Amino acid sequence: MIDLTVKIPGLELKNPIMPASGCFGFGKEYAQLYDLSQLGAIMIKATTVETRLGNPTPRVAETSSGMLNAIGLQNPGLEGVYHSELPWLEQFDVPIIANVAGTTTEDYVDVAQEISKAPNVHALEINISCPNVKKGGITFGTDPAVARELTRAVKEVSSVPVYIKLSPNVTDIVSIAKAVEEGGADGITMINTLLGMRLDPKTGRPVIANITGGLSGPAIKPVALRMVYEVSKQTNLPIIGMGGVTDVDDVIDFLSAGASAVAVGTANFVNPFVCPEIIGKLPERLHELGYDSLEELIGRSHRL
Amino acid sequence: MIKQERMKVVAQQPIARHIFELTVEGGLVDEMAEPGQFVHVRVADSFEPLLRRPISVASIDKENNRFTMIYRAEGRGTQILADKKAGDEIDVLGPLGHGFPVEQAEKKAFLIGGGIGVPPLYELAKQLNSRGIETVHILGFESKQAIFYEEQFKALGDTHIATVDGSHGTEGFVTHILNELPHDFDTYFSCGPTAMLEAVQWAYPQKRGYLSYEQRMGCGIGACFACVCRTTKSETDYIKVCSDGPVFPAGVVIS
Repeated sequence: MIDLTVKIPGLELKNPIMPASGCFGFGKEYAQLYDLSQLGAIMIKATTVETRLGNPTPRVAETSSGMLNAIGLQNPGLEGVYHSELPWLEQFDVPIIANVAGTTTEDYVDVAQEISKAPNVHALEINISCPNVKKGGITFGTDPAVARELTRAVKEVSSVPVYIKLSPNVTDIVSIAKAVEEGGADGITMINTLLGMRLDPKTGRPVIANITGGLSGPAIKPVALRMVYEVSKQTNLPIIGMGGVTDVDDVIDFLSAGASAVAVGTANFVNPFVCPEIIGKLPERLHELGYDSLEELIGRSHRL
Repeated sequence: MIKQERMKVVAQQPIARHIFELTVEGGLVDEMAEPGQFVHVRVADSFEPLLRRPISVASIDKENNRFTMIYRAEGRGTQILADKKAGDEIDVLGPLGHGFPVEQAEKKAFLIGGGIGVPPLYELAKQLNSRGIETVHILGFESKQAIFYEEQFKALGDTHIATVDGSHGTEGFVTHILNELPHDFDTYFSCGPTAMLEAVQWAYPQKRGYLSYEQRMGCGIGACFACVCRTTKSETDYIKVCSDGPVFPAGVVIS
């Protein structure tokens, strides 16, 4: 029996697989399809202080082996998530990682302080990398000094470990990773989507109402893998890796690159059963590769 | 319950210009009930194209475990789907969403469809007729070459066709036909382009009506928040076409 458990700050995971934030809502839709207790964890949709309606439509566009989205952080706000969505999730034996978003430091601090008190929230994921909102979001994720200070402010008020979600839309992602490490982050989640756009060849106009959107799906996996590799080499923080994961071998790749756990995003839209399917296949695949534990696999690409 | 199944293609044929009729077989049919629900089809086993395609259900054959979809092959995904042949398998997720409430019709219903919005009205017409409801079908198409299922609808009730170019039936839109018909029905059901749904809604402000909407979708089950619309029911929330709809009572969706 291969041990799939993973221990990282705040999280004792049954297995390293979890749905990524924004690709799983607050779990209700997928709970119609399978028992969410099978999952290692759930990264719930971003929560902001107030209710957000998000961007106008069209909000998604398909691209080659990928998709663009600009949902714009639609969510019921801190009140709604804290008093309705999180209590509903308590029926499942699964730790929740709450994704926190905002436009000012105060927003992040306010949400982090409150949401981290929920009994089933075992860690926070600080979204300093949303490319689809006009103010805030990504600006916190592209300047190392700003990222460090935000991390500090959130760490001060959070009752649970804090993971910072990094943006790939930077020249040097390692400098941001090091900055949040200095700021006291307990871990890193990476990567968020890559900024992109698609045009309508008939009109020349952008397909997405927001003009640009975040690229996700298999198309971005090589970028994500390279970034996880670089950050794991140069920081000591545990990483939850993501970006274009669709099957068990993608998970093996991210673990090999240095991630301790792996999130599955866009693939949930293509195959809603993808997370339990990967979890089911993981022991056999590890065995085939000659490994008895996940631990041996993590970061093996660095041991050349 | 929503199921994901590799279903077997029983038959596929073109039935009008760019329009295909595809029949598949499998256990998922057991879950189908309401007309107007849809399925989310993965056209390739690879991730290119990536997303599923939402396709409406044109008729359900529970006895033989089959259902039929009618779709327009116009984009990359539906063109791949159009190449599927009897014996091939396709990955189907469904049934999804909320369909037409057949129990709301009392004696006589108008079924108003436009273009690729026509298919779900066929299963609806079948179910209404089997409940003893008289159905009148008002269907709009681009041209004569784009028309499908005229005979099938005629077998179930009065059927009026409009074409934009006047090559068959009344020249113009379904509203031109509606203006000429007596308002002697109790409920209307409609599916088609948003502009048509708006016009139908305005034509019968006093009548009970149900409209099926279309929006660009991601997941198809309500998790991704791609296919949202504003609603008259709330200023602080959207409705999702895929999981709250695609059928809504008249007056609910702000389009």
